[in-house]
Amino acid sequence: MTDTANRDGQSPAKALDADTVRRVAEGKHADRSRLRRFLRDHRPAVGSFVVLVVMLACFFVGNPEVFSQWNMYRAVLIGLPVVLFVVVPLVYVVTVGEIDLSFPATIGMAGWVFALVVQAGYDPFLGIIAAVLTGLVLGLCVGWLVVYANLSSLIATLGMNFMLRGLIQINTEGKSIALVGLPKTLTFQIFGGQFFGIPVQVLWAMLFVAICSFIYNRHRFGVHVHMVGDNPDAAQQMGINIKLVRLKTFAFVGLGAALAGVAAVMINYTWWPTSGDGYLLPALASVFVGGTAPWGGIGTIIGSAIGSFTVSFIQSGVVGAGLSGFYVQFFYGLIIILSLLGHRWNQVRYR
Amino acid sequence: MQNRIIELKDIKKSYGQVYALGGVDLHVDQGEVVGLVGDNGAGKSTLIKILAGAVRPTTGEILVRGEPVSNWNAGRSREAGIETVFQDRALAVQQTIIWNIFMGRELVGPLGFLKVRKQREEAERLMREIGFTSKVFGPSSIVGQLSGGERQGVAIARAMYNQSDLIILDEPTTALSLTETAKVFHFVRQARAAGRSILFIGHNIHHVFDISDRFVVLDRGRVALQATKAELGSAEALVRFMEELAHPGGAGVQSTGGTV
Repeated sequence: MTDTANRDGQSPAKALDADTVRRVAEGKHADRSRLRRFLRDHRPAVGSFVVLVVMLACFFVGNPEVFSQWNMYRAVLIGLPVVLFVVVPLVYVVTVGEIDLSFPATIGMAGWVFALVVQAGYDPFLGIIAAVLTGLVLGLCVGWLVVYANLSSLIATLGMNFMLRGLIQINTEGKSIALVGLPKTLTFQIFGGQFFGIPVQVLWAMLFVAICSFIYNRHRFGVHVHMVGDNPDAAQQMGINIKLVRLKTFAFVGLGAALAGVAAVMINYTWWPTSGDGYLLPALASVFVGGTAPWGGIGTIIGSAIGSFTVSFIQSGVVGAGLSGFYVQFFYGLIIILSLLGHRWNQVRYR
Repeated sequence: MQNRIIELKDIKKSYGQVYALGGVDLHVDQGEVVGLVGDNGAGKSTLIKILAGAVRPTTGEILVRGEPVSNWNAGRSREAGIETVFQDRALAVQQTIIWNIFMGRELVGPLGFLKVRKQREEAERLMREIGFTSKVFGPSSIVGQLSGGERQGVAIARAMYNQSDLIILDEPTTALSLTETAKVFHFVRQARAAGRSILFIGHNIHHVFDISDRFVVLDRGRVALQATKAELGSAEALVRFMEELAHPGGAGVQSTGGTV
């Protein structure tokens, strides 16, 4: 009996600690420590975190007095949610193998709808719902152009960005909308107030990042996004509706951009016709600085969220370190290039 | 005759005036490896597509476990337990083996979230069934790290999911080294030992001869030869027969339709 069990080849394994067997089977026996395993499984995210820490350290050494003040970081945190709300869906779009440049105009459009609803005297909560619906519809339109009309996502979304921004300009003739009563509403207290010195929006944005990261890694939709970006032909052969998956990612960017639009209005209680324009390049840079691969199929939500903080911090950091504003663009470029080099070395592209 | 998984009777397929298949009989029994060979244009691909339900035969009868079926299509084919591993393997190379095995039919809970543990256990079971175990790789390894033969193993493991009875392997050893080919053969034998049937399509006669129990040679849309390994004796006999088909010898008589 013992003899057969041994020849069977499986029974002796059961005698061992099941976890050990699994680790050996996965080639993880060398990584006994939890820390090393964590580092290996989350290389891109850890990489972007290292970039952030190194950058902060450099700034701190440059001017310890300024960078030990909480206000320095608070200023960055206030603007961060706007970036986070678009960067996270952008990771989905990039993973699926596309790109979306139309989100700045969607931010503007959704913020406009929000401002109009609030200005008309309705509760800001209704405004948020209206803005989200606007974002979803715009995202679906952009997605339809790319997925079903078969346009290149680079050009089609760029065109949509100009067109939607143009519509805003035509209709508002450049006039902004100030929402004086907004800070007094309960909705604003919940979504835009302060919580022990931390802007509440940051907490909401972090919740958003956490949920989206979980969906990205553990939900069927997230898996399909990976598969379609990795090998669309295979995904289709295995019964995944690749067009629908692509369309959904564009709709998701619309949703994120709408939340960003509302967040942008809540910072200064004012909507500008240019709202969202300044986020195009920083948001895109954040996605890649964070360690999401430009070729599709793999990415990291957490990493890109850290990348957003890195990119958002550059401007305040450069000025805070005592350099003139003329250095900002140079440092933007430097940090983007350095992180991309780092990630290129850090991850292998399998074909 | 043991358990007959599928039987094709007098299958004809024409594209306009051109006959891709001109009356083919083919059957696969449980637990056997059938080698399908034939030159380019002999009708191998058409036959595979008909089995997979992707192409509808012009005329002919399809019997699944002895029962005639109507309205044969891809869905029916899968229901009948037929899985096809196409030449390009259809793998997402930057993802884990688990994700590839469950591609398009992930095990999820009511909210659509993955049952991670269950998927891992199921993947381990499938990989064990074909002997696809290694000290270096496990179910969470990235497919891109695997060699060509091992990738074929992932594709075969995926095809075995859902209790498939017949796995069609379309040229699984093309562009593989000798050791890689041996690996694929190992997976195929293990799958057969687990009670699955295999239809093995290949260009390399020696490969097909090594792995198969029975052979079907297609020539210009007809079955030119059906023989068991014992009847043929050696790979050379099969090669000679194939050469005779391609360049009919002195007698000048074509040997189509004949059986040994």
